[in-house]
Amino acid sequence: MVSTSIDRPDVFHDIAGTEIDVVERPLTAWQKVYDNGAIRKTVLLVVLALIWEVYARALGNPLLFPTFTDTLAALVSAIVSLELPEAAAYTLSLLIKGYLAGLAIAGLLTAFASVSRIGADLLQTLTAMFNPLPSIALLPLALIWFGLGDASVIFVLIHAVLWAVALNTFSGFRALSPTLKMVGRNYGLSSTGYIVRILIPGAFPSILTGLKVGWAFAWRTLIAAELVFGVSSGSGGLGWYVFENKNQLLIPEVFAGLLTVILFGLFVENVVFKTIEAKTVQRWGMAS
Amino acid sequence: MNATSATEPLLSVRGVTLRYHTKDHLITATYRVSFDVLESDRFVLLGPSGCGKSTILKAVGGYMHPVEGEMLLNGTRIVEPGPDRAFVFQEFDQLLPWKTVRDNICFALTASGKLKRREAEDRAMHYIDKVGLTKFAANYPHTLSGGMKQRVAIARAMASEPDILLMDEPFAALDALTRERMQEELLQLWEETRFTVLFVTHSIPEAIRIGNRVLLLSAHPGQAKAEINCPGIDEVDAEGKPLSDRIQEMLFDRIVQQGEPENG
Repeated sequence: MVSTSIDRPDVFHDIAGTEIDVVERPLTAWQKVYDNGAIRKTVLLVVLALIWEVYARALGNPLLFPTFTDTLAALVSAIVSLELPEAAAYTLSLLIKGYLAGLAIAGLLTAFASVSRIGADLLQTLTAMFNPLPSIALLPLALIWFGLGDASVIFVLIHAVLWAVALNTFSGFRALSPTLKMVGRNYGLSSTGYIVRILIPGAFPSILTGLKVGWAFAWRTLIAAELVFGVSSGSGGLGWYVFENKNQLLIPEVFAGLLTVILFGLFVENVVFKTIEAKTVQRWGMAS
Repeated sequence: MNATSATEPLLSVRGVTLRYHTKDHLITATYRVSFDVLESDRFVLLGPSGCGKSTILKAVGGYMHPVEGEMLLNGTRIVEPGPDRAFVFQEFDQLLPWKTVRDNICFALTASGKLKRREAEDRAMHYIDKVGLTKFAANYPHTLSGGMKQRVAIARAMASEPDILLMDEPFAALDALTRERMQEELLQLWEETRFTVLFVTHSIPEAIRIGNRVLLLSAHPGQAKAEINCPGIDEVDAEGKPLSDRIQEMLFDRIVQQGEPENG
C-alpha cells in the first residue's frame, strides 16, 4: 500500500468568542419591493398601459384604436352612470349560478368515480368526449332547448366548468400519496369523513387548478354567449354592453367594456385565487 | 399488569400466508408465518428486502387480508384498519400537510370520536412534549426536518394509546446520526410507558438494539426461520461469536468470518 508521504498534523480551531459581522440581517427596502410579486406585476401593467397610450396616439384613429386615457374616461363615465356596474353585476350573478351548479355536478360525478370503477370509467369517458367541445358550440342547441334567456347560459356555463373541475379533482384523489391514504384509514374515520377530511384537502392543489381552469372557461364562455348571440339582450350583461356600443360605434366604450372583462379576470386570478392559495396549499407546503 | 395478561398473547399471528397482485403476477409475500406478541413486547420482524415483513405489518394494520391463517388482536380477528393499531410509516409524508403538528395529533384523537377537542389538545401537548417538540407544536409539517417529522408520527401514534404500535422501518429514511438518536429516544419512551410495539426493520444492529424478541424471516417468500430473545446488546456467546453474526448466519445460511463488515 502506498502511504501518504506528507505527514500532516491534526489541526484544532478555537471558535469560541468569534465576532461575526452578519449572522442575520433584514433585507433592504429595494429587495423587499422586488420580492413582492404584486408590485412587479403592477409595474408591468403600467408599462403595458404606457405602450397602449403611445401606440394609440401615434395611430391617431380613435375609431380603430382609442387611447388608454379615452378608454379610461369612458370607463369612469360608464361606472358613474351605473351602466357598467349593472351590466357587470348581471353577468357576475349568472356566472356564479352557473359556476356553483357546475361544481355541484362535478362533485357528484367525482364522488361516484371515486367509489366505483364504472364511475371512474364514466367520468374519464365523458371528460374525453365533452372537454374538447367548446361550450359556446353548445349554445345554439341550448337556445333551442331552453329559449333565449338565463337557462341557456347557465347550461353552457355548467358544461364549461364541469369537466375541468371533475377531471382535476379526480386525478388529485388518485395522485394522493398511498401513505396518507393509509394514515387516513388508520384514524377510523367514516367514509364521508375520509373524503372530506383526507381526500379533499390532500387533493386540494389539483382541485384548485380545476377551479381556476373552470373559472376561466366559464368567464370566456359567458362573455362570448352574451356578445355573439346576445342571449342576455333582455337584461344586458357585460358582453351585451360591448355588443351594443360596437353597434353605435362608441369604440372607447367598447374598449372600456373589454377592459372591465380583463380587470375582473385579473382580480379573480390575482386576488381571489391567490388568497385561497396562500391560505391553503402554500401554507401547507403543497404548492407545486 | 397481572400475570395472566402477560402470558396471554396480545397479538397472535397463526399460519398466515399473504399474497398480492402486481400487474401480471400473483406474488406470495409470506408463507405460513406464526408468532405471538405479548404485552409490552418490543417485537421485531427482521429480514432481507422482499421477505414480506412490511406486508405482515400491513396485514396486522388491517390493510390486507391473509389468504390462509388468521390474526387475532386481543382474541378478535383483524378485519379492517382501526385506531386500536397505530401505524408509523417509513415515509416522511405520513403527516397531514394541512394540519399543524398539534392538530395532526389532535385529529388522530378526535377523528374516531375517542376524545373531545379540549382533552385531545392536552394529550397532544403531553406527547409532543415527550418527543421534545413543544416549540414546534404550531408548525406545519413541511417546515420540519425528517427526524422531527418521524418524532411527530411517533407522538401521534402513541397519543392515541393503541393496543399495539406498528412501526414500518420508521428510521430507515433518516441519516445515521439521527437514526441512532431516535432509537435511543424510542427505548426511553418505552421505559416510561411500556407500550407494545411491532417493529419492522432490515437492519440487524437496529433489531438487536430495539427488540426484546426478534423474528427472523427468510427471503422471498418470507418464512419464519427463528424467533429469538434479544438482550438489547450485541452479546458475544461462549464460542466468541457476536449475536449479529449469529443472526446473519441464520438469515443467510452461511458462516460469517470474524471481523467481516456487515451490510444493513
